[in-house]
Amino acid sequence: MPSRKKVAIVGVGISDLDPLTAGYSTKELMFQAAKRAYSDADIDARSDVGSFICCAEDFWEGISITDEYAPDQIGAKLRPLLTVSGDGLLGLAHGYMHILAGVSDIVVVESHSKLSDVVSKQLVEELGYDPTYGRPKGVGSMYLAGMEMRRYLHESGNTEEDSAAVVTKNKNNALRNPRASYGSKISIKEVLESEEVASPLKKVEVSDSCDGSVVMVLASARQAPKFTEGPVWIDGISWFSDSPNLEEMDLGQAAYASYSAMEAYEMAGITRPSSQLDFAELDDTFAYKELEHIDSLGLTGPTKKKKSGQFVSSGKADPDGALPINVSGGSLGMGYFVEATSLVRAHEAVLQLRGQAGSIQLSNPRKCVVQSWRGIPTQTGVTAIFSK
Amino acid sequence: MLETGKELSFEAARMALDSAGIERKDVDSVVLGSAPDAFDGVHMKGEYLLDGAGGYKRRYSRVFVGGATGVFTPISAWWHVASGLSDVCLAVAEEKMSPLQPHPQYAFWSIFDHTIERPLGVTLLWIFALEMRRYMAAYGIKEEEIARVAVKNKSNALDHPCAQLPAKITVQDVMNSEPMVWPVKRLDVSPPSDGAAAVVLCSEEFARKVTKEPVRVAGCGWNIDSTYWTDRDLCYPQYLENAGKMAYRMAGIENPRKEIDIAEVYDPFDYKELHHMEGLQFAKKGEAAKMTASGITERNGELPINPSGGLLGVGNPIAAAGMMKVCEIYFQLTNQAGRRQVRKTVHTGLAQAWGDLMQYSSVLVMNRR
Repeated sequence: MPSRKKVAIVGVGISDLDPLTAGYSTKELMFQAAKRAYSDADIDARSDVGSFICCAEDFWEGISITDEYAPDQIGAKLRPLLTVSGDGLLGLAHGYMHILAGVSDIVVVESHSKLSDVVSKQLVEELGYDPTYGRPKGVGSMYLAGMEMRRYLHESGNTEEDSAAVVTKNKNNALRNPRASYGSKISIKEVLESEEVASPLKKVEVSDSCDGSVVMVLASARQAPKFTEGPVWIDGISWFSDSPNLEEMDLGQAAYASYSAMEAYEMAGITRPSSQLDFAELDDTFAYKELEHIDSLGLTGPTKKKKSGQFVSSGKADPDGALPINVSGGSLGMGYFVEATSLVRAHEAVLQLRGQAGSIQLSNPRKCVVQSWRGIPTQTGVTAIFSK
Repeated sequence: MLETGKELSFEAARMALDSAGIERKDVDSVVLGSAPDAFDGVHMKGEYLLDGAGGYKRRYSRVFVGGATGVFTPISAWWHVASGLSDVCLAVAEEKMSPLQPHPQYAFWSIFDHTIERPLGVTLLWIFALEMRRYMAAYGIKEEEIARVAVKNKSNALDHPCAQLPAKITVQDVMNSEPMVWPVKRLDVSPPSDGAAAVVLCSEEFARKVTKEPVRVAGCGWNIDSTYWTDRDLCYPQYLENAGKMAYRMAGIENPRKEIDIAEVYDPFDYKELHHMEGLQFAKKGEAAKMTASGITERNGELPINPSGGLLGVGNPIAAAGMMKVCEIYFQLTNQAGRRQVRKTVHTGLAQAWGDLMQYSSVLVMNRR
């Protein structure tokens, strides 16, 4: 495994994030983010960048071969560009490899969401099921989430109140984040009494759709010192896929998170994540997922027990707690950006490490973890460790 | 027709592992290549094919650059290994076009711009006919000269065990075949196909443990042009020149015409082989047809092009077709091509694929020491 501090994030840009971007096309959102990232890094992408990576899926775009529509608005015309059919953090992993493999000293990673153009998010998700064995059951995407939540609560000993506490925390955090669309004051009791979508999963425990684009500029250790902003290093990054078949899924286990974290920790030299990390941005597509991921990443301390519920409910994951989790508001507070979800959160992590997070700035954080899950019906995810 | 995409992926992955004499436990990462999800109607097709391709409980990802995906997939495997993150990476390319009925062409309807192009009812055949026509007009090339490529490749495919449309045909047969969209005729085009192909890439250290005769990745390149194909001169693939130069630079190749011994270039249409020979600097602009007429590109010619039979002869399962070309170069460089083996000794070979809206190319240069 290569040692840390070889690849740095030296520029970030994010478009305006909004649940409904009626005035902008996908290309315009990408342009906005790219322009901001390139001015942040002070580069001319058309000549300085040796590799562009775009993360998108055809069905979310409503386009076959969505790669075709990537180059112009991010400065990649007649340049090396590729599409990773995965989430933004996986794109970051490929960018990381490009730099280590010597493809280029400067690499750009982009991902975006235009979910407001998608007529039914759930129907698209259902097309992800195996056409022969998965679909005829009529299993909706929320049904699988509800089923997994029940299994997870049963196995972990966590409660519906613990899951509700995640909603309360994240939506409250989002109120203070100017980039978050879904902030609100909602009590645990209000969550528990709210409408269910697939028992025991409540509607407010499901993150809502949002539009936006994120662009990140990566540089090699040789080039990184030349950039104005202090580099944010990718100390470790790994990814993992478990079974794609419903029948074989270890629901409630999130093996993709524990395995990818294990490898990322090893690369980053992290042996005691709960004390070595200053904050975490974890996938919370559904509220219980945050708990599951806290457990899988071993963030509650040196114990094999799944104590995430107590950890969140007792305030340890709050912005002023022992290990702040989703200070940004998470997906429950900022929204769900399909493949860009993890890159939106990686952007939040970079702002924190740079000390540029404004109203949600933590006190001098030095190291963090960002983690993703590709959503229903996958068992695929990425874990990355950033430091300054 | 009966196999699922998962099974096709499995068969190819299994064959590649067997050929390397290794097991899945030796593989630490897997890259999958597959073209539009619309063929299968499965969202996140990469996730769906995951277990068939060997990605279960592994670092697994899918890269996607349209028709160029097949050659791009092993390129992606290369950076997994070259970065030091992987020791052994399995690259699998799969395509199952047959689920889309009545014809897989319908998947391509949705590749066009939803506002300015789709309302015209434009198809791939239309735009390639435009490109072929432009290529012919720019350099004064005749349909008969282009047809020679189809004759050569379909004949080469007679020796390929997986070939779908091998045939002994004449230039006149091509000329007499049904016009699809003029000047494209039935025999100028490759068929829709199902298939899969796979290769194993590994570090030099690992390679020494499993083989005496590894084929090295000498160089790779990729490049994309603007989405706005209507604003480009289609007579020359500048993006391919860029991709080729990226690969040649890495491989230390200064004169590709002399230093490349054998090539598999993307030939979904016969004119594309000529187009790509020019982009790759094997021929000067507008001169690839003359080179073909002189016999240089025949299997036993000076620079064999598509000795496998190419897409025109073997078939065109999009991503798998590109990987089939990479496999052919591997077989040729290691003298395993059987009846397809070219007569001359070959040390350096090239595979290339092309895709998106006539805007993308991937190039892989391989050699044997």
